[in-house]
Amino acid sequence: MTPKKNNTALFFKQLPKNIFSGFVVSLIALPLGLGLAMASNAPAIAGVITAIVGGVIVSILGGSHVTITGPGNGLVIVTLGAISTLGLEAAYAAIICSGVLLMLLGFLRMGNLADFFPSSAIQGMLAAIGLIILGKQFHIMFGHEIVRDSPISYLIEIPYTIKDALHYENTGLIYAAAAGILSLFIMVFYSKIRNKYLQLIPAPMWIVILSIGFSYYFEMVLHQDNPIAREYMVPAIPTFSEITTQLPKVSFANIGGLAFWGSVISLTLIASIESLLSIKAVDKLDPEKRRSNVNRDLKALGLGTIGSGFLGGLNVVTVIARSSVNVNNGGTNRSANFSHAFFLVVFIVLFSTQMTRIPLPALMAILVYTGYKLASPDLIKKIFSVGKEQLIIFFVTLLITLKLGLIIGISAGVLVTVIIHFIINKNVTLFLRHWVKPNVLMFKEEDATSNYYVSVKHFCSFANFYRLKQKLDAISEDNDVIVDFSMCEFVDHTVMENLHNYQSAFAKKGGHFDIIGLDMHDADSKHPFALRKLAAVPKLFGYNLTKRQENLETIAKDYSLSYSADKNKNTDFLSPFLFFKTKQPKHIYNELIDSTNQFKLFDIEFSEGEFIAKEVVRASMLHIDLNTSIPVFSLDRETLIDKVYAIAGFSDINFEQHQDFSKRFHLVGENTGTIKQFFNDDLVHFFESNPYYHIESNGNSLLIFSKQRLASTKEIKALLDFGKRLKSVISSDIL
Amino acid sequence: MTDKIFHTIGVGVAFSPNLKANIYEAARLSLLFESTLVLIHVGELSEEKEQQLLDILQPFIDQNLNYEMVFKTGDPVDVILSISEEKKVDLLILGALQKENLVQYYLGTIARKITRQAKCSILLLIKPSVERIACKHIVVNGLDDPKTKQTISTAYFVSHKLGSKRITIVEEITKQEVAVSVDDDKSLRKSAIVKERLKHREESRVRNIISEVPDAYKKDLETKTQSIFGKRGYSIGHYAQFIRADLLVMNAPMKSGFWDRLFPHDIEYILSELPTDVLIIR
Repeated sequence: MTPKKNNTALFFKQLPKNIFSGFVVSLIALPLGLGLAMASNAPAIAGVITAIVGGVIVSILGGSHVTITGPGNGLVIVTLGAISTLGLEAAYAAIICSGVLLMLLGFLRMGNLADFFPSSAIQGMLAAIGLIILGKQFHIMFGHEIVRDSPISYLIEIPYTIKDALHYENTGLIYAAAAGILSLFIMVFYSKIRNKYLQLIPAPMWIVILSIGFSYYFEMVLHQDNPIAREYMVPAIPTFSEITTQLPKVSFANIGGLAFWGSVISLTLIASIESLLSIKAVDKLDPEKRRSNVNRDLKALGLGTIGSGFLGGLNVVTVIARSSVNVNNGGTNRSANFSHAFFLVVFIVLFSTQMTRIPLPALMAILVYTGYKLASPDLIKKIFSVGKEQLIIFFVTLLITLKLGLIIGISAGVLVTVIIHFIINKNVTLFLRHWVKPNVLMFKEEDATSNYYVSVKHFCSFANFYRLKQKLDAISEDNDVIVDFSMCEFVDHTVMENLHNYQSAFAKKGGHFDIIGLDMHDADSKHPFALRKLAAVPKLFGYNLTKRQENLETIAKDYSLSYSADKNKNTDFLSPFLFFKTKQPKHIYNELIDSTNQFKLFDIEFSEGEFIAKEVVRASMLHIDLNTSIPVFSLDRETLIDKVYAIAGFSDINFEQHQDFSKRFHLVGENTGTIKQFFNDDLVHFFESNPYYHIESNGNSLLIFSKQRLASTKEIKALLDFGKRLKSVISSDIL
Repeated sequence: MTDKIFHTIGVGVAFSPNLKANIYEAARLSLLFESTLVLIHVGELSEEKEQQLLDILQPFIDQNLNYEMVFKTGDPVDVILSISEEKKVDLLILGALQKENLVQYYLGTIARKITRQAKCSILLLIKPSVERIACKHIVVNGLDDPKTKQTISTAYFVSHKLGSKRITIVEEITKQEVAVSVDDDKSLRKSAIVKERLKHREESRVRNIISEVPDAYKKDLETKTQSIFGKRGYSIGHYAQFIRADLLVMNAPMKSGFWDRLFPHDIEYILSELPTDVLIIR
């Protein structure tokens, strides 16, 4: 158990960082809010109102730490449905009612609701939502708005829209389509360019800035009207005083109707699932690895939704992309969410007229990209790799959702999953007999190891996973846990996936999470499902080595290192490093290891952020095991951004006697005293006279790399040489 | 405490393939516990049946087994229950059924009904055997219940008589008892503290009970206590199965009615799938 920290002091210390992070998030929240609201057929400002109300209420009352709340992608479809069937005034009433239901879910402790759905079915539903968003907004992005009944016809007509766009005569429409396509390019290629200055502003905000700049360029420099057709511009945004004084009318007239409650239930279901999944995913990114109180968050989201509905906003949900941007920019507590809401207010107060200069196609390009990300081919590939039956579940849910709507879609997904489980096991009684049984036993082994032992009987699938989850949640993550499935006849993919999350959570907090008793199942071959995934040996990277790999092999020979091209999933040694606190290492490959196992040079694939803000990065790094303990620190070249960060509370350790070093290098670490002692003259001179590298210590080993990309063979040689010399300087110092 | 807990042992006799094994087990226990054995058969008395039973019992009669045979027609449940009462049976032995293919044992309807209604202790055998199989490890519940004291001391008596090596007293800690729902890190810490406290409380309670057990029974016996987290009555079976115990000793349920079968708890779970031989103390 960790000692109690001085929370108030810590809060104020971290406040500048959180305000900064909230500012960056508000840059992405503004265009997304406008776009999501427009896509839902609500007034554009509704999305921003949602983010403001949600940000204020959830940051004060919520139970999670680094999440950001606002209008959600998944809800676009349901909100759109509610508005078109009920009308805007009644839709606000439906939103308010769904807020009440959300609060109720929170009070009934239904925070585990999302665990009751098979993960492939949820993926299928989200992909369907993505396709619907993409299908509808794609046409607007090309300046060719159409209205159709079914989401499928929107998708089918995409080629026609592209063809039409090539033959536009109206220059207004050509400019509109150009703005849309250009914005889409920005969204797609933004993450490929890793430039510190460019990345400071999120892609959606670049789109906003560029399009407002474009409009001013025509007005101020060319003295012309904006060439983009007027109907493809964001409609008038009310000023802040109008928003606060002219509240929308909320009509509860339909409250007895079936359609009304259908909308309420859809809104509640999707809002809760989206929020719960996001909270779960964001908890994985939290650098402090805290656990969110989901039930409390649900209550806050419900209250936020009620408030938002009365003020003319939409459902408040926890959103994954914005939350991950928050984490990446140093957000550590709920004040970031609050400051994101605050900056949105500032934007509305100062720039509400400027927002009408944004072309709609540009905003919709952001949504098209979002929709694509929800239904990307990568996702399908991933699901296929888990198992063919998962793909069936995925597509059944996807198609039925497209055809018949969300509620029927997800129900069909659950049904298909159950049927597939029956078929795979050729046994229905196994499930019916044991479904209600409390099949999980947990005890603490009384011997010296004092492991938690969890034994699961009969079967374990999405239908009864909550029992296992309840037990596992009651164990703090710094313990050792053994989950035994040897008495369990069937374990499904949803469970395996969730257990994998537990595994990484335990690894990050210093515990261990082992799953045993599944080897028998594999040998049995009756249960190929997801177990195959567990048993899968990392695939060989292929015997056809690339040119670079051949070069690496040569380097290995020259430096008498051993080389392996295979993917290695064992990246645990990286988790103690500060750099990986907010990043998820996927695997390392192209390893060069010396005979003593102290030097390890490798290529790594890791991801940063989630969803549309997700960026997959490959880099080459050197890991040196020092065998002695040194202070924990992180050293990097000092840049302009670091100076900005420094204002925001990321403090740099400076040395009075080494002005040049202090100016050029950015050194951070908790224990300033020991770090100052460690960085003696020799070491400082070494750094001053050598090229810049990012160097991190985790207490007993070093991680060194130069750029967040793969290194060339020459750079690898330089990195190896640098590492060797650094090690000798450090060891001569310590000895 | 006397050296005799079970004065009379009853066994239901049906002419099934398990007949010999059931009678051997019952007779062996009667000799060990120095009790009288009552063989109860639901059906007509016939020379042939009587002779068959006597043949089976012969090796035990040679060892001075006190026995009695009762033949009576009627509803099996009623007959066995009424004769048990009439003959003052303290322990009734019943065989369970094994479900095909699965290594899971279920009680037949008759045995199940008897178990629910009987006023004496019940021993459910999942694998009666002609050869004696040593009972090495006994698991007993340590619920916070007035009956637990008797159950634990009986378990010690039985293990002493059977020459068991190990006895594990299991305290089941239910979610309701912990009463702190885990939402976040803070409530997790709180629940961990509550659990630790509960564990200590339970352990000291069980230790008190054990201290009252005669030392003679505790000789050559390793006693262990174990707290488990799970559903009361069910998880102990799961645990017994997991550690491959040879006998599970449990309190009798308070009463079991319609609702209990619909929403099974305690003993009902054990009856629905027997983890091992089960002794229910009344």
